[in-house]
Amino acid sequence: MAIPKSVAPWLVVDAEGRAHVEARRCSVCAAILTAPSLACPSCGARGTLQPFMVTPTGRLHSYSIVHRSFPGVTVPFISVVVDMDDGTVLKGNLRGVAPTPDAICFDMPVRLVFDDAGRQDREGNRYVSYFFEAA
Amino acid sequence: MRDVYIVGIDMLRFGRFPGKTPGELGAEVALGAMDEAGVSIRDIQALYCGNQFDPVGMIAQDVQKQIGQTGIPSANIKNACATGATTLREAMFLIKAGAADITLAVGCEVMPRGLLGGGEPAAGISTEGLLGSGSMPCVFAEAGHAYARDYGTSFAQFAQVSVKNHWHSTMNPKAMYQKETPLEEVMQAEMIAYPNTKLMCSVNVDGAAAAVLMSEEEVRRRGLMGQAVKIRASALASDPYTPRNLAMWDINTATRMAADKAYEQAGLGPDDIDLVELHDCFATAELLHYENLRLCGVGEAGRMIDTGETRLGGRIPVNVSGGLLSKGHPIAATGIANMYEVVAHLRGTAGARQVEGARLGMTHVVGLGTVAAVHILEKSL
Ligand SMILES: [Zn+2]
Repeated sequence: MAIPKSVAPWLVVDAEGRAHVEARRCSVCAAILTAPSLACPSCGARGTLQPFMVTPTGRLHSYSIVHRSFPGVTVPFISVVVDMDDGTVLKGNLRGVAPTPDAICFDMPVRLVFDDAGRQDREGNRYVSYFFEAA
Repeated sequence: MRDVYIVGIDMLRFGRFPGKTPGELGAEVALGAMDEAGVSIRDIQALYCGNQFDPVGMIAQDVQKQIGQTGIPSANIKNACATGATTLREAMFLIKAGAADITLAVGCEVMPRGLLGGGEPAAGISTEGLLGSGSMPCVFAEAGHAYARDYGTSFAQFAQVSVKNHWHSTMNPKAMYQKETPLEEVMQAEMIAYPNTKLMCSVNVDGAAAAVLMSEEEVRRRGLMGQAVKIRASALASDPYTPRNLAMWDINTATRMAADKAYEQAGLGPDDIDLVELHDCFATAELLHYENLRLCGVGEAGRMIDTGETRLGGRIPVNVSGGLLSKGHPIAATGIANMYEVVAHLRGTAGARQVEGARLGMTHVVGLGTVAAVHILEKSL
């Protein structure tokens, strides 16, 4: 079976189909970046961004419970911004938690999990995504 | 550099204009602004036109085809929600540089319908609902919650912004909606992206606003100082790198930078400002900008809305026009429409919602990407 594709440039899927999140750290200013860039957007240095595997645990920085989205997107879902323990910041879906404010609290510990995205592109390719779950 | 004044300004009552092009909407307000300034298209030496969503985007030329093609230099500007403010700023700089004495700035928009900020990608799959949500109500809910995390701001406090601005709108005949909404109604309205309910989201409408700018010499030569409003400060800032801005748009830092630059240019502080029209695209955003625009101290935005300091009659009225929440938010028109409101107060023509004795007003917009514009306008003596 074909290796699934990744939903984001910072989600790396290896030849065995195993996924991890990879960020880059600037050796000059220590900024941590997910999206690709030619130089460090924090200090402008070139050739200083070193890739590393992101620690799969973090804490919830902010969230919203999304009740209305675009056609075809299942609602409600919880959109979260997470400060990973190594300083990387990721946005994703929090799953396995009830979509009510009472069930969510700031700074709650979460962990990264990897799973089928449940969506295919027009060519029928499968995708792997990352999700957050309460830790 | 020499001072520049807004001499004529006009806006449409925002709404839906089926079948109209942005150029047609822009042309209407261009004529209104020129009439107020007592000039014709033959007096206009340059035209800047803002528009975000038109796929071709040669709206400045479309406007001229409606009101007069005189061959003047013109340019089209796109800068997200800061488009209108950026457009007026460019028209201002041409005068400041001495390259013109009278310029026209137009912001006009025919909006795409529905939710903004997501949809189908050209290739691959949409990550909406997979890597969180990029919809605007969610993005601004997350921004608001980041503030709530630090300062305990509640759903009800965010909702009070809508109560206030919708109340203000009942006094503004140019607001799209002019209906009061009690707190329970705001909080119980359809939930879009918690804590933003439908009544906490700005209104998706079409619209246009335009302004005629003149150099000080030109204003004096024409004897128009009585209606002229000085652009005391004009600042624009892009978001600098901050550690979270790849995961959440940073609407705060660019706003703070633009505000600080504007205060510095004007030689003024927040206590000197009599009213503010700020970017309440969502109720959650308004509270953040109280602090970003230095209207309150760190963590005090919740208290500010609780005590009514930002209501009409309060210490520093914010969005007495009804704001984007009730007046509507046609992206490229918004920045100039904010100035239309402030100009009305400085001229003392704002009617029931007049901020008494207003001498200095601030306008603010922030477009995701991120860019923020802050202007300070001053009543002429
Ligand atoms: Zn760096």
